[in-house]
Amino acid sequence: MTETLNQAEIPQFPMARAAGCPFDPPPTLKALQEEGPLVKVRLWDGRTPWLVTRHAEQRALLADPRVSADITRPGYPGQTPISGGSPLSFILMDDPEHARLRRMVTAPFAVKRVEALRPVVQKIVDELIDDLLAGPKPVDLVEAFALPVPSLVICELLGVPYSDHDFFQDNSKTIVKRDVTPEQRAAAGGRLAEYLGDLVGRKLADPGDDLLSQLAGRVKAGELSQREAAQMGVLLLIAGHETTANMIALGTLALLQHPHQLALLRESDDPKLVAGAVEELLRYLNITHSGRRRVALEDIEIAGQVIRAGDGLIMANDIGNRDAATFPDPDELDIRRDARLHVAFGFGVHQCLGQPLARMELQVVYSTLYRRIPTLRAATDLDQISFKHDGQVYGVYELPVTW
Amino acid sequence: MRITIDQDKCVASGQCVTAAMDVFDQRDEDGIVVLLTSTPPAELADDVRQAAILCPALAIHIEE
Ligand code: SF4
Repeated sequence: MTETLNQAEIPQFPMARAAGCPFDPPPTLKALQEEGPLVKVRLWDGRTPWLVTRHAEQRALLADPRVSADITRPGYPGQTPISGGSPLSFILMDDPEHARLRRMVTAPFAVKRVEALRPVVQKIVDELIDDLLAGPKPVDLVEAFALPVPSLVICELLGVPYSDHDFFQDNSKTIVKRDVTPEQRAAAGGRLAEYLGDLVGRKLADPGDDLLSQLAGRVKAGELSQREAAQMGVLLLIAGHETTANMIALGTLALLQHPHQLALLRESDDPKLVAGAVEELLRYLNITHSGRRRVALEDIEIAGQVIRAGDGLIMANDIGNRDAATFPDPDELDIRRDARLHVAFGFGVHQCLGQPLARMELQVVYSTLYRRIPTLRAATDLDQISFKHDGQVYGVYELPVTW
Repeated sequence: MRITIDQDKCVASGQCVTAAMDVFDQRDEDGIVVLLTSTPPAELADDVRQAAILCPALAIHIEE
């Protein structure tokens, strides 16, 4: 089928969203999903990996040990040129190395450990809302609330001084932009790695009760180099910033555009409904809109197609989460549906390790913000809002709100 | 229903604990799954099935 198309007919990936439709995946992508579960797309460098468009095949391939996440393998469909200076972390490695490194940082993200943090997060959220209510309006919700919540939480967990937030937020933003040069990205990664390397060094001498201190302990025990510890710190710091913050701001905008759904959420005090709303917004919004990148290690037969060893794979989770075969009326935002099967956090051994923390933070935010500021509304028209089309993580740059 | 788990495969995502807290737990050191009971009461069967479906590492097996 697609293989016989001449080169010019293979669509370019990523595609643009439709104007005025900030929450839906690009229409071309939806059309490709109808064409088949596996289609070819063309990347920036001329490569033509498989785009996996449907939910079932995405889950199957993400959990398949014949599929590799190793960015250094030929055939890996990279988002940009791979620059030597960029921090390579375990999300771009395979087992057993991936599992060895990942297990060093999973303990604080266990469900019960995260639940124990809930009162701390509630306090952070309440204090930020107090400040919002006492301050001027309109105000940018991103700057005043959506970014500080996860930033304060991840800093606390890692043991990074929040007073440095301008520095690491700026560098973190640069790393996840699509339109920076590899040199700019590498330089930002280098600055963060240096900063976290220094911090790990200080914690070697003077450990505290935080994740970086635990990693420093591993360095002392000879299980990890200081560089590896710093790279893991960079990964967690970036992941902690660029995901939850966008879910808070974009989620708020989506709810403001769906007042009936917002009212359901605001008027319920059922933690199950709130938890379900978080899953549904994760499914519906798909802030990780660049797809999960992989490469096949062996020939794999799936959905009547043969993926050859060395073929690149991109799992487009945004349309996977809008697959009508799994989620009826997939383009409807319905906080009462069971959306737990979504692949917003990925699937397989690389599934997001911070997901219990992200869930808890979003549950606290969504159950507090709209209740405490019931008249919250956007202070600008939708067409005045600038969206992160150029970001590896989708969201809004600013969200002016008033009440 | 009889449950078995594969701790070597587990990636500590915690999905099983969220779905069925009375059946699954996580190790303190690294968040790896711990089975609290391999034969859960019938009223938890649906939650356990959900846990197995959600487990990203396919580390939970159920014999009905
Ligand atoms: S859901 Fe699977 S991977 Fe996650 S903690 Fe439970 S057994 Fe481990």
